[in-house]
Amino acid sequence: MASYIVRRLVAMVLMLIALSMIVFLLFNALPADPARLTCGKACTPQVIEANRIRLGLDKPLYEQYGAFVKGIFYGRTYGSGKVTFECHKPCLGYSFRRGEQVTDLVTKALPVTAQLAIGAFVLWIVFGVSVGIVAALKRGKWQDRSIMAFALFGYSFPSFFIGLLLVFFVQIKWGLVGYEGYVSFFDSPSLWFQGLILPWIALALLYAAFYARLTRNQMLETLGDDFIRTARAKGLKERTVIGRHALRAGLTPIVTAAGLDLAGLLGGAVITEAVFNLPGIGRLSIDSVTDSDLPVITATVLIAATFVIVANLVVDVLYAVIDPRVRLT
Amino acid sequence: MTQPFLDVRDLRVQFPTEDGLVNAVDGVDFSVEKGKTLAIVGESGSGKSVTSQAIMGLINRKTAKMTGEVYLEGEELVGARPEQVRSLRGKRMAMIFQDPLSSLHPFYSIGKQLAEAVLVHQNVSKSEAYGQARDMLARVGIPNPERRVKDYPHNLSGGMRQRVMIAMALLNSPELLIADEPTTALDVTVQAQILDLLRSLQDEFGTAIVLITHDLGVVADMADDVVVMYGGRVVERGSVQDIYYRPEMPYTWGLLGSVPRMDVDRGERLEPIPGQPPSLIRLPKGCVFRPRCPYHELVPGNRCDTDRPALEPVTPEHSVRCHLEPAQRREIADERLFARGGNVAGGGADPDNPNSTRWSETTSPAASNPAPTTTQEDPK
Repeated sequence: MASYIVRRLVAMVLMLIALSMIVFLLFNALPADPARLTCGKACTPQVIEANRIRLGLDKPLYEQYGAFVKGIFYGRTYGSGKVTFECHKPCLGYSFRRGEQVTDLVTKALPVTAQLAIGAFVLWIVFGVSVGIVAALKRGKWQDRSIMAFALFGYSFPSFFIGLLLVFFVQIKWGLVGYEGYVSFFDSPSLWFQGLILPWIALALLYAAFYARLTRNQMLETLGDDFIRTARAKGLKERTVIGRHALRAGLTPIVTAAGLDLAGLLGGAVITEAVFNLPGIGRLSIDSVTDSDLPVITATVLIAATFVIVANLVVDVLYAVIDPRVRLT
Repeated sequence: MTQPFLDVRDLRVQFPTEDGLVNAVDGVDFSVEKGKTLAIVGESGSGKSVTSQAIMGLINRKTAKMTGEVYLEGEELVGARPEQVRSLRGKRMAMIFQDPLSSLHPFYSIGKQLAEAVLVHQNVSKSEAYGQARDMLARVGIPNPERRVKDYPHNLSGGMRQRVMIAMALLNSPELLIADEPTTALDVTVQAQILDLLRSLQDEFGTAIVLITHDLGVVADMADDVVVMYGGRVVERGSVQDIYYRPEMPYTWGLLGSVPRMDVDRGERLEPIPGQPPSLIRLPKGCVFRPRCPYHELVPGNRCDTDRPALEPVTPEHSVRCHLEPAQRREIADERLFARGGNVAGGGADPDNPNSTRWSETTSPAASNPAPTTTQEDPK
């Protein structure tokens, strides 16, 4: 197992290197000129050229890439001569659009996204999986039908629509939560909660619907399995048959889905963050895309990819722990 | 007369589906005494597995309709409370399933799965339960039980897994053991070992065994009595000698004719039964076997199409469901099955029993044993 994890980690690093190269290449192939973005309205051809040289954008791509990688591990110095500034490690670049270092932007946005994603994750797993189990056990009955109808509803409506409904009713009409938006937990736990509860619900509803269906299908499949019949034939109580035999086998595949979904969200819940105006990674990526803010785009893509790759590894290892048939070699 | 140990009367199981009512088991009667083995034979879809699960109370009563009576030592089970039947399951009656890999939980160790069966019925400590599990594994011939209890089903070979299944079934010394195709998934050498094991355990505990199989070699080797099922009904019922030497039902002839025989030239082809098993939704009005029966024209007045034949006794122990006249049946059976000399499947033949060669003086018992590993010993 240890050697497996080491090999996977090496593969992960190689994958990230390849990915960063591709992202770097792709965005440099775009028609947007990074040097043009450094000066805004004050741009004259002379200024653009001067900035190009100062930022090293005149150098060949591989040298630029080398400087980018070096910045992550050692930090880098932008500019030359008298006008220079330091970008300390881990330096993900400098956004001239915002006049801020990308690392700072990311470290501010990441906790917001993490709180949104993890809160919603807990909600949808608890809610989605438990109603999925109920639906499976009450197959064909009214409980099953209403849960599945509700799931279809949650599944088919886009999350921005549900988000807007929530904002309209809960926030505007009924005034149950305030308008402050995102507030740090350490500033005011109550406002923090009010700012996040609607995004949590909007995001969790979509995933809960999906997980309710997934859990129901998994459980129904497992309940038809031969070893469930064996458990009954042993004379086990129905509670034990379901609780110990069916759930253990039926819910294992959900671990995989849950890990990957959480990782995907940690890379930015784009729509939910936009609807609720949360300053997370998702918002950061959209804004940087609309602004053609290349250093920020590169960083957000790399962060999202890192989450997905790490989650894949975690899920695989976790699976081997849960399922004795899986051998990691 | 006292009631048999297991007594099944007019058992019916129906599954409502979108296409109509599936009559999986359509009025089945049989009985088994302690220490005896009853084989239920028939092709896929004949209702034999559903019958066994109905006895065990493993039919989901929400999705299936079940009527009739099942008595286990006088105690009726079909109308009993589910909790009542559950407390008998695994204790007084146990079941061995066909595919041991899928029938064992993939995520729990062998020891845990066995100990669980002990703990649910006996008020003992965990370590005592594990001790019983180890002892039983040793009893069914698993080497190193102390180490094997930590293994998972996928670590074991098919034969070992089936032994684990048997051990699990025997843990609480059940009086009735239902074995649903216990050897189908195994190769023949292992098959013989498993059957030997079942026999010796039966000798020791006096267990009543219901053996569900489509392997007539296994039946000849193991059974005292045989029930032949077709289309959810019993079409012939009798002692193993009756079924092998004096079969009276065209379907039984077909089954026996499709078994490879060692006493027949290699060039001879096996005779398959033509046609398909019936759909259990729209059963024919008359005899269920009529569409595949080559002899229905011998019955006057199209009775095979219109009348459902009753299960009528030929001798007190031997009953058959067929409209053909007894004399006709004997004539056809003689010609079809015994013309070339030799009985049909040998292991169950009793050379000391003169009746076993009633219609064929030239039989050589055991000469035609289909499974090379079945031994030539007499059935119990």
